[in-house]
Amino acid sequence: MSLPPLGLAGHPAALALAGRHRPRLWEPIPWILAIALYFAFPKHLGFGTELLVTILFALSLDLVLGYAGIVTLGHAAFFGAGAYAVGMLAKHGGWNEPITGLVVATVVAAAIGLASGLVLLRTRGLTLLMLTLSTMALLEEVANLAHEYTGGFDGLDSLPIAPLFGVFEFDPLYPTTQYLYVLAVLFLCFLFVRTLVYSPFGQSLTGIRENMLRMRAVGAPVRARLVICYTLSAAIAGIAGGIWAQANAYVNLGTLGLDRAATVLIILVLGGYGRLYGAFVGAVAYMALSHFLSKVYPTAWQLGLGLLLVVIALFAKNGILGIAENLWRRRRAAPAP
Amino acid sequence: MSAPLLETRRLCRTFGALAAAREIDFRLDPSARHALIGPNGAGKTTFVNLLTGLIQPTSGAVLLKGRDITRVAPAARVKLGIARTFQINRLFRGLSVLENVYLAVAERVGAAPSMLRPAGRRRDVVEESMQVLETLKLTENARHRISELPYGRQRLVELAIALALKPEVLLLDEPAAGVPSAESHIILDALDGLPEHIGVLIIDHDMDLVFRFASQITVLVNGAVFATGHPQEIGADPEVRAVYLGQAARG
Repeated sequence: MSLPPLGLAGHPAALALAGRHRPRLWEPIPWILAIALYFAFPKHLGFGTELLVTILFALSLDLVLGYAGIVTLGHAAFFGAGAYAVGMLAKHGGWNEPITGLVVATVVAAAIGLASGLVLLRTRGLTLLMLTLSTMALLEEVANLAHEYTGGFDGLDSLPIAPLFGVFEFDPLYPTTQYLYVLAVLFLCFLFVRTLVYSPFGQSLTGIRENMLRMRAVGAPVRARLVICYTLSAAIAGIAGGIWAQANAYVNLGTLGLDRAATVLIILVLGGYGRLYGAFVGAVAYMALSHFLSKVYPTAWQLGLGLLLVVIALFAKNGILGIAENLWRRRRAAPAP
Repeated sequence: MSAPLLETRRLCRTFGALAAAREIDFRLDPSARHALIGPNGAGKTTFVNLLTGLIQPTSGAVLLKGRDITRVAPAARVKLGIARTFQINRLFRGLSVLENVYLAVAERVGAAPSMLRPAGRRRDVVEESMQVLETLKLTENARHRISELPYGRQRLVELAIALALKPEVLLLDEPAAGVPSAESHIILDALDGLPEHIGVLIIDHDMDLVFRFASQITVLVNGAVFATGHPQEIGADPEVRAVYLGQAARG
């Protein structure tokens, strides 16, 4: 590739844009921690697996909410779709190979994302919010009513998930396979999302978030972009749901519920949306906090989380990462005369 | 006279009982510097929205280089070469000035759908965005976020985004609106420096700006074309003075 001569492209702004996708020095840290957790806390890998799945789910939400600015309260629809795809396939279809099962979960969730996105994304704001919510409620009710296939309220348990690569068993008591499997999938999905948000497509999503009308005025097919983004995000949420069902060997209505959808939203806001790593920070903070609070104050621990959220919403709109960024900026600005 | 670049034929638009555009016959010539003036509520912005396709006419047609584009969607009209700026800034406020222009250039050259390459690797897009900024003397602000810029500079970014689309028709909706007079020369200089081949339609209240910039003026009153002509003719027309210029002088 022949590069144009360094002229204007040598300007600091151009260099910043040209280099912003490069990995930062600190970026391996979460992955090192995740691997360290595997060795340091072999007894807590069940918790660890749940954490990694939550991060993956929050990451999928960040793509639509943080980057494209699509406000949704129904993202668990896709998590549940993926989980039920895996569960029903294993229970009724006799198909329990994990990787192909995950592929099916991805396709099912993406298809639902595409179909609902084509309709929903014609609307904006509060209407959109309500429609995402009702789509999810609709799916939940379908899963509830079709109990012959879905197990209804009880869900499907004791899913016979085949060993990974035919070798590594999913042991419910010592979930080492699950943990590493989820970590690997999270890593791959993260690489995809990271690539996407730094691409021109990702940049245009940010443009849509910042000013939809202006994006139209520069000739961007706004709705098509949003639908594509929504579909990709649904696919990733479906992977999260599918892998959750595989790791736990069950699926129930909770995967499709408002509780899950609201929790992942809280996690992302807590961590900081539109920042890639907000999903990581938010999931860790939320799960650590709820763990801690439920020990200190078992009857009303959610009150503590609620109060924290109010504080975040009032004083730190960009979440924990936003606070960190501000501190970092101040520190860097301070020494300069 | 040469064939018109942009043309409307008996263009009408009603909002309920209100006729915001009445049988507007209008032509914009290649390389034109055309101004659209008229009192508040005359339908100037409605007319721009009809030209860009943001609203559909009740009847009548819009033609670009002789081709009927009345039913063409706004995004497709941009691809055909019609760009606009907005009366009130519509910028990507959280992004840098360079990124604002990058978005427009990326759409024009077809880079925007690309998902698997970093945006910064499209050196051609970055380079071209920087060039646009340089023509508007915005290079030093390239790194700044829109929200950090003074309003006059923000107005320039409005213009930069439109120019990045390399339009043949440029619709400027009150480019100097809200700019403090100390900064307005920035906008005037930028307008003087617009590429000559572009057909420009400017909407403004500022008569000094209009008479300095335009070689053609159309006066719109109550949604209809009241008069069209050279600045001298319009300035001398007693009826125009009565309905518009007189008002402006009083107000």
